[in-house]
Amino acid sequence: MIDNRLSIEKSVPGRRGITFKNSLRAKAAIPAALCRKEAPLLPEMSEFDAVRHFTKLSSLNFSVDTHFYPLGSCTMKYNPRFNEEVSALKGFTAVHPLAKDSAAQGTLEMLYDLSSRLTELTGMDGITLQPAAGAHGEFTGLITAKAYFRAHGETERVEVIVPDSAHGTNPATASMAGFSTVNIASEPDGRLSLTKLKEKLGPKTAVVMLTVPNTLGIFESRIEEIAKAVHEAGALLYMDGANFNALIGLVKPGEIGVDLMHLNMHKTFSTPHGGGGPGAGAIAAKKHLLPHLPMPLVKKDNGKYFCDYGDSRSSGQVKSFFGNTGVLVKAYAYLLTHSAKETGDIARMAILNANYVLAKLKDLYPCYSKEYCMHECVLTPGHDMIEKGLKTLDIAKGLLDKGFHAPTVYFPLIVHEALMIEPTETESKETLDEFIKAMREIHDEGIADPDSLKAAPLRQAVKRLDEVQAARKPNIRWQA
Amino acid sequence: MYLPHTEKDKEEMLKAIGVSSFEDLVKQIPSKFLNPEYNLPEGLDEVQAARHIQKLSEKNRKTLNFLGAGAYERYTPAAINALISRGEFLTAYTPYQAESSQGTLQTIYEYQSCMCALYGMDCSNASMYDGATSLAEAARAAVRITGKKKIIYSAAINPQYLKVMKTYFAQSEEYEFIACPLEDGKVTLASLDKVLDERAACFILQTPNFFGLIEDGEAIGKAVKEKGIIFIVSADPASLGMLKTPGEMGADFATGEGQSLGLPLSYGGPYLGIFTCAKPLVRQMPGRIVGMTTDKDGKRGFVLTLQAREQHIRRDKASSNICSNEALCALSATIYATLLGPSGLRELAEANAGAAAAAAEKLTEIPGIKKTFSGNFFNEFVITLPCDADMLREKILEKENIDIGLPLKTLFPEMGNALLVCATETKTEEDIDRLAKAVKENL
Repeated sequence: MIDNRLSIEKSVPGRRGITFKNSLRAKAAIPAALCRKEAPLLPEMSEFDAVRHFTKLSSLNFSVDTHFYPLGSCTMKYNPRFNEEVSALKGFTAVHPLAKDSAAQGTLEMLYDLSSRLTELTGMDGITLQPAAGAHGEFTGLITAKAYFRAHGETERVEVIVPDSAHGTNPATASMAGFSTVNIASEPDGRLSLTKLKEKLGPKTAVVMLTVPNTLGIFESRIEEIAKAVHEAGALLYMDGANFNALIGLVKPGEIGVDLMHLNMHKTFSTPHGGGGPGAGAIAAKKHLLPHLPMPLVKKDNGKYFCDYGDSRSSGQVKSFFGNTGVLVKAYAYLLTHSAKETGDIARMAILNANYVLAKLKDLYPCYSKEYCMHECVLTPGHDMIEKGLKTLDIAKGLLDKGFHAPTVYFPLIVHEALMIEPTETESKETLDEFIKAMREIHDEGIADPDSLKAAPLRQAVKRLDEVQAARKPNIRWQA
Repeated sequence: MYLPHTEKDKEEMLKAIGVSSFEDLVKQIPSKFLNPEYNLPEGLDEVQAARHIQKLSEKNRKTLNFLGAGAYERYTPAAINALISRGEFLTAYTPYQAESSQGTLQTIYEYQSCMCALYGMDCSNASMYDGATSLAEAARAAVRITGKKKIIYSAAINPQYLKVMKTYFAQSEEYEFIACPLEDGKVTLASLDKVLDERAACFILQTPNFFGLIEDGEAIGKAVKEKGIIFIVSADPASLGMLKTPGEMGADFATGEGQSLGLPLSYGGPYLGIFTCAKPLVRQMPGRIVGMTTDKDGKRGFVLTLQAREQHIRRDKASSNICSNEALCALSATIYATLLGPSGLRELAEANAGAAAAAAEKLTEIPGIKKTFSGNFFNEFVITLPCDADMLREKILEKENIDIGLPLKTLFPEMGNALLVCATETKTEEDIDRLAKAVKENL
């Protein structure tokens, strides 16, 4: 029986985990009129109670460490423990963000070196490490573009072009940055239509946002012509780098005509996802955009590292202080242990793994695309499963009971009943074979007994949950 | 290395795919773009990399630190790192598959509950990036709800927050930002009266404010609400074990920097954006929210809920573009609040207020130094020095390895030789004596 009591339900008045005996407490002299009337409703637990509570909760999770996690577009690769250890060094964690540059030379040197390496890998001219996540990076990219056009007196550029295969963050970011979104339908092969792009490009276009490879796991082969068309229209080409794991050490986005792009440290650069964050989402840019990046940027002069706060051409600041430095140390540690060739092997093995899964499953789960894929592939349930009333959701839930995390489901939106599988490079052939076997069994068992699959999962902490009730009568906190 | 493939594996896999070499798989990439030259150093092995990074970390200076201004030196209880390092938490993704993510989902529900309890608010989301972006998102929500484009803020909010907020409005001239002037470092009803008007979307108060002063949030809240303006409060959660809550002040949105709940400084992040609101505004919140529900058998379970607000559903109509948040930091803060409980949080607030009071007392005993403002303060305060604050800071840092605090001249030129000094629960009487001695001897 799983204990799903909340911490507050295990609370016993008078129990304590941590106390503060600091003698200075007696000096506190805040008038009662400024104080809260009632103590907050928080659990009272011993340290051991709390440790057991959270340890038990952790055991209810699937994670990369415990389960194959082929969540498409999320790059759930192994998170090296080395990165964790070095990012926790006191020398890094104890530095205050407003410390003088002279007191933070180690951190600044790390950030500078990381910036140089990422700039080289992307083939761009400079980078800001300030954004806290991928979507935050997208926002940073678009306000940088906005500042660029403002500086050039081109304020009539108010549109951002986004293909219909894009992540939801792209159009959401465009709105947040004060642009309107122009959608473009993808070609039957999943690629961007050059003709349709040219129809939409014009004096109002500010930015074209493109995910490379796209969310179908396909490289935009016509990227050179796309970039040329975008630039001829006076607009900028932004690359959503969520899928950079397919290109690292293999292709430099700067060479294919990209002006601005973000990188997800928590995808390509192996920092853990932490159940949803923290991440870090650097923005790399070409020379013409560098003065417009948010500040500060780390620079070097005469062997000393310093924060440069830029000037009025900067788009501002997207986060307090520098960025998610603790995450950046992990990405730095990862890059330190890879030569140029070894970074290329990351992409090569990611592509090999995805194609292997695709080759072994496409007879039962038709692939949207007929080509080889890059680092991920988008499959769908076949006609035989659909005829039995089986859906992608059922396959996802069936996988949980077989000990695999589900792929990304129902995305990209342009594929009906999509199953987006990204194995990543750190999974072995044996694990992929087990996953392939599980997928094939789900197919066969689903055809033989559809109702059983529709009832899955049966072996998790809970069965399928009532999401309608959760949204209709939101219960989002405990109450007295 | 992190790649498991043997040569034999690669051969078998290529064969299964039906190609003879890897290059056959990437023909969709124009060949001229493939395999460019990279100017990168050789890869280090783990021993070499460990030595290199250790050395870098030692180039940072270990100081006795009295800097605050939005990031605070905290003690992290040992149990926290042990728990958040568990791979089951650390290496999980956003809990999209609820049945296999109940651990993360329940901890987020508990996080939301803890933040509501601390802030005295009805609803909390699962986290934002940091205190600044939380506040910016609250201001955006106020503009979205009211359709008004004027934002009034206390002149004593953290200047970085103001900068981030303006960036979140894309520096657009469409929006009007009006500062509420201060009297003796604080917002008063009289100063508020000069700027409040019905055309505003919101009024933003920070308490304790940037100068450490505790604002009279209740009276201010009343005046703001009388004008029908959305009231946004940014508050330090470490103060809320003791101080009046944004809920008691009548806040519509309350935000804060969760770094105060036991997270390390780490040169600016990862931190934790706390975002809470009053019940009627729940569907205006950005970011993820976890709700309690039941499964097919009627058993309690947790799911991501109210997702119709979010980018993956609403795309360009979403309340925010946020996707990844600061989940692991939120977990850390939840464990912190659980370990401390209501009494521990009260003690934490007392230890902060006590340390700062002691530091202020010692420093103002030094001839020539006086407190700049007269009001009650929490864990930081401003003093006016008889000399250049930047030069004194530099001198004491070099000679004594003490960072005495943040000189305010760059941010507030009119404040001259003012210095913002912070002392948290990590400071002892001995530390404060060292600070006072160093300042006295180097003036």
